[in-house]
Amino acid sequence: MNATAESRAAFELVAPEHVSLRFTLAGRGDRVSALMLDLTIQLGLVLAAAVFIQAFSGAGTAVFVLLSFLVRNFYFTVAETYWRGQTPGKRKMGIRVVARDGGPLNVDQVFARNLTRDLEVFLPITLLLAPEALIPDAGPWLKLMLAAWVLAVAIVPFANRHRARIGDLVAGTLVVRGPHAALDIDLVEGDPLRHAEDLAAYSFTPQQLAIYGIRELHVLESVLRRPPSERRDELLDAIAEKILRKTQWEPHRTGIDVPLFLQAFYTAQRAHLEKKLLFGTRRERKVR
Amino acid sequence: MGQQPTLRSYTFRSEREASWRDLETLLMKVERGGIASLDTDQRYALPALYRVALSSLCVARSISLDHNVLAYLESLACRAYLAVYSSKRGWRAAIGDFVLHRFPGLVFRLRGVLLASVLLLIAGAMCGYVAVVQEPDLYFSFVPEAMAGERSPAASREELLEALGPEHDIDALTLFASQLFDNNARIGMLAFALGVFGGLPAALLVLSNGLTLGAYVAIHQPHNLLTEVWAWLLPHGVTELLALCLGAAAGLHVGLGWLLPGRHGRLAAIAVRGREGALVVLGAVGMLIIAALIEGFFRQLVSDMTARYAMAAATGLLWLLYFGVLGARAK
Repeated sequence: MNATAESRAAFELVAPEHVSLRFTLAGRGDRVSALMLDLTIQLGLVLAAAVFIQAFSGAGTAVFVLLSFLVRNFYFTVAETYWRGQTPGKRKMGIRVVARDGGPLNVDQVFARNLTRDLEVFLPITLLLAPEALIPDAGPWLKLMLAAWVLAVAIVPFANRHRARIGDLVAGTLVVRGPHAALDIDLVEGDPLRHAEDLAAYSFTPQQLAIYGIRELHVLESVLRRPPSERRDELLDAIAEKILRKTQWEPHRTGIDVPLFLQAFYTAQRAHLEKKLLFGTRRERKVR
Repeated sequence: MGQQPTLRSYTFRSEREASWRDLETLLMKVERGGIASLDTDQRYALPALYRVALSSLCVARSISLDHNVLAYLESLACRAYLAVYSSKRGWRAAIGDFVLHRFPGLVFRLRGVLLASVLLLIAGAMCGYVAVVQEPDLYFSFVPEAMAGERSPAASREELLEALGPEHDIDALTLFASQLFDNNARIGMLAFALGVFGGLPAALLVLSNGLTLGAYVAIHQPHNLLTEVWAWLLPHGVTELLALCLGAAAGLHVGLGWLLPGRHGRLAAIAVRGREGALVVLGAVGMLIIAALIEGFFRQLVSDMTARYAMAAATGLLWLLYFGVLGARAK
C-alpha cells in the first residue's frame, strides 16, 4: 500500500497455472522469533518426556534417549509436513515455507531444509556459548577458522535476495509471510445516501485529468481509505487544496464539500487512467 | 455525470465479488482446520474457485487501478494457492512409495558416489589398521576416548575377548543400542549436512571413520583375535557402515552439484540434488535403526561365531538385492 510495504522484499512465484503470485518474504526477525518459540517448545517436549518417563515407566533412560533424539531431529520435519510448511512457531509469527519452483512442498524438501539446521543454528550457538564443550583444546587457528565459518553461515541469509539460509538453498524453499489483505468497499460507490446529483456537481475535463498518474491516484486512495479522524481531514484538505490549484478547478471554489469533491475526482481520475490503460498506456506518475 | 457505474473495474468487481467471498470463507476454514475440515462439495469447489481468483487477478492487473482490490486479489490468490498446492499426500502411500521405489532407486542412481565413499572408508580403514599395527600408540589419535571404553592397545587378550562376548544386563543393553543409534544417525546426517558445504568435509568424515575402524581392528591383531573382532563388527557393521557411506554419498552428491552445476545453474542443481540427498539420508537413518537393533540385541545375545557371520552375510545380501534389484527396477 505504501512505499515501505512495497520495498519490503517480494518474491514472485509462478503457480502451475502460469500465473505469477507475489509473496512477501518473511522478515529475518520474524524467523528468528519463530525459531526461538520452536526451540522453547522442543525443550518443553523433552522435559515433559523426561518427567513422564520418570513417573510412569520403568523403561528409563533408553526410551528417553530415543525420544529426545526424535524430538531434536524430527520436530521441524514432522510439523512442517503436517501443517503444510508451518511449525507452531511459524504459525504464531504468521510465516510459512513454500517451494521456490511453485510446486507443492514435498516431504523431501522439508527434510532437506531441516537437516542442515543443526550445522547452521545449533552448532554456531554451541560454539558461541560454550566453545570448550565442543572442542576442548582448540588452538588459535582452529578458533579463527570456526569463527569464520560461523560468520559465513550467519551471513548467508543476508547475502541473497531471498533471505534464504543454506537449508533453504539446498531444499529449494523460501519462507514467506502469510498473505492477509481484506477487501474494502469500492471507493467509487461512496455513500449511497448523498450520492448521484451531489457528485454530479463536480466534473472534470480530460485536460484536468491528464495531470496526475497512478501513483498519485493510489496516494489519494490510501488517504480516502483511512478511518475517519482529524488527521484524515487535514490530509484531505491539503490534497484538495493542491488539486484545486493544479487543475485550476474554479466553478464553486468556495464552499466545496471536500470529501465529496475528492471522491468525485478519484472516480473521474481512475476512469481516465483505466481507459488509458486499456489502450496500452500506463501512466505511472505525474509529469512534474 | 453518472460516471461511476460505467467504470470497467467497478463492473468487473461487482460481477466477481461473490465468488471471491466464497473462496475466502473456504480458505478461512482450511487455514484453521486443514483441508479435512471441508465437506465434499467444498472440496470440489476449492480448486474451481482458486482458478476463478487467479483469472480475476490477471484481469485486475491489466484493467484495474483500485489498489485495494489488487492487493486483496494478490493475497487471496496466494492464500488459495497455498491451500490447494501444499496439501499433503497420505502418509502411508508416501512411506510405501519411499521404501519400495524412491529410496532404492535413488541409491542405485547414486552408486557412483556411493562407491567412492565406500572406497574412502576402506582406504581409511586400511591406513588406520597398518598405522596402529606398526605403532600402537597411534590408536588414541584415531579412536575417541569415549568410544574406546576399556579397549586399548594395552588391554590383555582376556579383556578384549570379554568385550567381544555377549552382554548380560538387558537394561544397559537397550540404552546402549539407542545411544549408538543416536550417535550414528547424527553422524550420517552430519555427513550430508557437511556435504552441502562442498563435499570435502563429507569425504573427510568417511575417511576418519575408516581410520577409527581400522585402528579398532588393529589392536586385536597381536592377540590373534581378528576372526572374533570381525564377527563382532560385521553383523550390524554391514548395515551401519553402508548407511554411513550413504550419508556421505548424499553429501558428495550435493557437493558435486555445487562444483559442477551443469546446464541449469548452481542454485537449481543444488536444489534438486539437495532434495535427492535428503531422501537418501532419510533412508540411511532408517537403516541405522535396523543396525542399532541388530547391534543392541542380536550381537549382544548371540555369541556363536558362525551365526554372527551368517547374519553379516545375510544383511549384506539383503541390501545388495534391495538396492540392486528394486533400485534398478525403480529407475
